[in-house]
Amino acid sequence: MDRFRMIFQYFQSNSESVMNGICGLLALASVKIYTCLDFSCPCLPHYNMAYGLGIMFVPPIALFLCGLILNRQSLVMLEEWRRPQGHRRKDLAVIRYMCCSIMQRAMVAPAVWIVVTLLDGKCLICAFSGSVDPKKFVGFANATLAQAQEMLSRVPCKEDELMRNSTSRRAVSRYLRCWSQALGWSILLILIIAVFLARWLAPCFNQAALLQTRHWSNYIDIEQKIFEETCCEHSRLFAHQCILHFFESMRKEIRQHSFDLPREKEGEEDLLQGITDRDQVNKLLKMWYYEKPPLDVSQVTHRHPLGQERSPPPCAGSCGARSKFTQHTHM
Amino acid sequence: MDKFRMVFQFLQSNQESFMSGICGIMALASAQLYSAFDFNCPCLPRYNLAYGLGVLLVPPLILFLLGFVLNNNVSMLAEEWRRPQGQRQKDAAVLRYMFCSMVQRAMIAPAVWVSVTLLDGKCITCAFCTSLPVEALGNASHRGLPQGEVKRVLARIPCKEIYDGQELIANEVAVRYLRCISQALGWCFVLLMTTLAFLVRSLRPCFTQAVFLKSRYWSHYIDIERKLFDETCAEHAKSFAKVCIQQFFQGMSKDLTATHCHPPRKAPTDAGEASEKLLGITDWDTMNIALKSWHRCKPPLHLHPDAPHSSNGWPPAPRREAVVYYSGV
Repeated sequence: MDRFRMIFQYFQSNSESVMNGICGLLALASVKIYTCLDFSCPCLPHYNMAYGLGIMFVPPIALFLCGLILNRQSLVMLEEWRRPQGHRRKDLAVIRYMCCSIMQRAMVAPAVWIVVTLLDGKCLICAFSGSVDPKKFVGFANATLAQAQEMLSRVPCKEDELMRNSTSRRAVSRYLRCWSQALGWSILLILIIAVFLARWLAPCFNQAALLQTRHWSNYIDIEQKIFEETCCEHSRLFAHQCILHFFESMRKEIRQHSFDLPREKEGEEDLLQGITDRDQVNKLLKMWYYEKPPLDVSQVTHRHPLGQERSPPPCAGSCGARSKFTQHTHM
Repeated sequence: MDKFRMVFQFLQSNQESFMSGICGIMALASAQLYSAFDFNCPCLPRYNLAYGLGVLLVPPLILFLLGFVLNNNVSMLAEEWRRPQGQRQKDAAVLRYMFCSMVQRAMIAPAVWVSVTLLDGKCITCAFCTSLPVEALGNASHRGLPQGEVKRVLARIPCKEIYDGQELIANEVAVRYLRCISQALGWCFVLLMTTLAFLVRSLRPCFTQAVFLKSRYWSHYIDIERKLFDETCAEHAKSFAKVCIQQFFQGMSKDLTATHCHPPRKAPTDAGEASEKLLGITDWDTMNIALKSWHRCKPPLHLHPDAPHSSNGWPPAPRREAVVYYSGV
């Protein structure tokens, strides 16, 4: 449990870690989807190649797009790219850096899918069983071309009646699987070498510029997050003020219409804000629906701690409509 | 349990991850629902198509509507749309933004259901087994059967135990063919959905970023304002109820003293705070009368601003007033 918590906290620690976490999850998801998928080769002459290659290449495209969608930084990069220049210059190096890092992370899940597919072998067997040279295999050497094609296209289906106990089928299957796994391991090796070289040789080229671009790309990301948080906080305060202002204006209106002067007590009745009647409450709720207050809290009343209203202290000319004289009533 | 709590904490840490979390949960729920569903093809000529397409299309519709029903923001959108203008203008861009984000979220579970159904293959196999190209896959002229009979035989393909057309077309061949078509359709659908989602998400910063920022802020504002108003009203109702009930007990206590002509038994003087809380009701009979009165005759929803010594609070007796003037100098 502790370990789980540590892993979670590590991944939340900064946005790069979050993105790495999402990338890892997507890679795991791609393996899981592959294992859950019920691969059933059609074992028909022209359909095999379409199906096999389709299963090998279409899901990686979908996974790549998912990787781009789920990555928050892709939106940040696009906004930075398309924004008007304004007072802040645009640095193309930063945008390029962000684009590269996004693409690298999005390519992990498709690469995992392709490698797993090749190492498993079923896709390649399905796609290329019809392209194998029948003369190399004993069982197919004597058949006519059309028959050989027909039989070869049934090789991927182990349970097929014709091919169930055929040793030639197993031979073709092993041959294709061997090729498939060789291809899979080679691709994996090439990818790992490429990544290794990229990381190892990067410091040899322009490390200072790299540090700068990385710093500024992080900065843009953090700035956007903080802007969103500040907007949320601001809208909460705005709403709070707006509602208080609304209750105040309702209380004033009620006072104007009813001529009694209720005593303002501290404590519970202060919280009632002068609304102490079923009709008054109904009126308040109706006003809230029919006439929402304007989005303007610049005329907020200042409240004395005991709940009595006082005018704001006189200030030179900037108090606007506030009168300098006010009345108070005591019981 | 701890794991769930941590997952929830992580998801709630910011708006974006919360939304992604909700989407992920809905997708998983939809996939789980499909695997729990017991698919039973009827294996009869016209029923197959109806059943197969029904399972493919009706649950997504239900899930889509459910996505709207379970979304709290639907009532917020409706309220904002239908409210009278009053002193606050209505912004169509905000309404559009709210509607679009709700539709996007509601589309996830149906899309996952359709994808999983197509990738699994049982639905399409059931629905389209009677439309198989028998000439290409099997031997149509084998028994010279009439069209109706051929359809009846083909309709039993999904039900392996009762399938009797092995010479017409092998069951495995037919199932493989139909499943291949179904999976191809499924992956194409998945690709289409992810492409659409990608386009929607990536074209927005290129064209309407300023409008988007505005709409997002104000839709969030409307949501928060509504919640804060509800909270304020709840607090007001609590205070209202407290004062109303206090006044009821006080009124009750005074009435009893007035009508029963015996002073209430005084609580012991050293009880202090506890005796104040008793509000003058200190014996069995009095309490019973109070409870009966609460049931039979609830007090009006009108708090009287009473002084502690007046016998009834409304209308208030005229009060002495003192007026203070503040100089603005």
